[in-house]
Amino acid sequence: MLPVQARGLVKAYGRIRAVDHVDLTVDAGDIYGFLGPNGAGKTTAMRMMLGLLRPDGGEVRLFGRDPQHELPAALDGVAGFVETPHFYPYLTGRKNLELLAAFDGGGAATRVARVLETVGLQGRAGDRVGGYSQGMRQRLGLAASLLRDPKLLVLDEPTNGLDPGGIRDMRDLIRDLAAQGMTIFLSSHLLQEVEELCTRVSVIREGRIVYEGTLAELHASRAPRYRLRTNDQSAARVVLAADEAVHDLADEDGELVFAADEAAVLALTRRLVECGLGIAALVPETATLEHLFFELTEGTEHPHRLEPVA
Amino acid sequence: MSARPTTLTAYRWELRKLAAQKRTYIGVGAAALLPTLFVIVMAFQKGGPYDVPLGHNLRHTGIALALVVLTFASRFGAQLVTALVAGDIVATEDAGGTLKMILTRSLRRSQVLAGKTLASFTYVLTLLLALLAAGLIAGGIAWGFNPVVDLTGRTLSSGRSIGLAFAAVGVFAVPLVSIASFGIFLSVVTRNSAAAIVGTLVYELFMEAVVGLVHVQWLHHYLLSAQFDAWHGLFQTPVYWPPIERAAWVSALFALVPLALAFWFFNRRDVAGD
Repeated sequence: MLPVQARGLVKAYGRIRAVDHVDLTVDAGDIYGFLGPNGAGKTTAMRMMLGLLRPDGGEVRLFGRDPQHELPAALDGVAGFVETPHFYPYLTGRKNLELLAAFDGGGAATRVARVLETVGLQGRAGDRVGGYSQGMRQRLGLAASLLRDPKLLVLDEPTNGLDPGGIRDMRDLIRDLAAQGMTIFLSSHLLQEVEELCTRVSVIREGRIVYEGTLAELHASRAPRYRLRTNDQSAARVVLAADEAVHDLADEDGELVFAADEAAVLALTRRLVECGLGIAALVPETATLEHLFFELTEGTEHPHRLEPVA
Repeated sequence: MSARPTTLTAYRWELRKLAAQKRTYIGVGAAALLPTLFVIVMAFQKGGPYDVPLGHNLRHTGIALALVVLTFASRFGAQLVTALVAGDIVATEDAGGTLKMILTRSLRRSQVLAGKTLASFTYVLTLLLALLAAGLIAGGIAWGFNPVVDLTGRTLSSGRSIGLAFAAVGVFAVPLVSIASFGIFLSVVTRNSAAAIVGTLVYELFMEAVVGLVHVQWLHHYLLSAQFDAWHGLFQTPVYWPPIERAAWVSALFALVPLALAFWFFNRRDVAGD
């Protein structure tokens, strides 16, 4: 059973489709990054996953169960939060967790002390949540999720509001949890975080998925780019422009930037030398995730749509 | 996850949440203060509300004090406090973002709402009992626990009178639970505490207005406002049951319809926004 499988998920508010035929496939053991700019539909899709919103079309299944029709059983083995986790400010951190553990049933109540220690809040567990910083609430949110001993953890911007040390600890914790076999579905704005943590990603733009696959596939989906500097850039430009294997030729900071595959580049170097040009630098340029993200979310085309993994 | 939580789990935690909030105690304290203030005011003046039901017992026995205060409370105060509690109980969690936290656990939505509903009923009853207890203590200190002369002129023993006072509070609570049910319905539907509280008060005032403006006597008997006087039947000899029976089924109707709608809506509604 796949931890998450969404097919044709739609949610509309009036004439605006916040989520528009979204397909998502999360495999067991994935640390799955859900990327998209603000308002792209990430949170709406995650709310439908957790059964908080009713889709207008399509369906989502968690370990084969539909949260729209099989709550609360569909959330067995699933935990997480969307947007900032909220707690009762007049109760202590520990009491909040005891309440949620009681609402979970099973052995959740026996895990309260352990999860507090896991997120490093045992020292402040007796304080009222009203006095907690956002970072502490974020950590308490993770603790509340871990109470359920989940197989799938759904986290919305988990490092939001954390200081650099907290961010490092949270990422280490996510890695540890994944290493223990937990599947993690996390939305994030932080591309570095996604690159550091995630094994697979999907990118959502205006309610539609424009990419789903591994990060390696995402990088590979883009033709390799090179930067060229010679002793005569004008002449070099003529040579490059005449070559059909060269694409997207542009001048940037006194260098020629172009896309071509490796075989074409080897042939090109020979031709440049034959033309009497000296090559000062020919540097392959690796596209950053940020670059790819902007291409996918701000570009006019959706060229990298991959078929979801069955 | 084995061993599913039950409605009792939700109810118990709703009570713990109420117990952890200052405003809960402010409400109980205010209810207890009402009869105490009444005794203090009576101590500084000669007259009194002798014309209200059981009012003729004032200054003779403290047992009737809480019930006289209840008559005044039934005009508006009890409904106001009920609206404050019931109108807030779901909407405040919507606004605070905690609703989405508890709805992604292992309780069914209907169990969560049932827990909240029972807790708000319990709180309303607690307020009435606080008022009665404070009335008995303050009235007892001021005028003693002497026998009560009932509405038919018969003298009731102190013990029986105290027992009937508790029963009267129970009968008074029945239409109040119906008001609370409407408040819960609005709390679920509007997702806004202020709208639910004001809406509940308007609902009660509307029924009062119908009684005042529409001169159809039989209709008045079937509105909630009339049911607040049903406990008078207990202080007649023999006990006059018809208004109490009517209060039970009329209030049940006024409670079940909004509650059924509230549960239907709560089970289907989207939970969005912070």
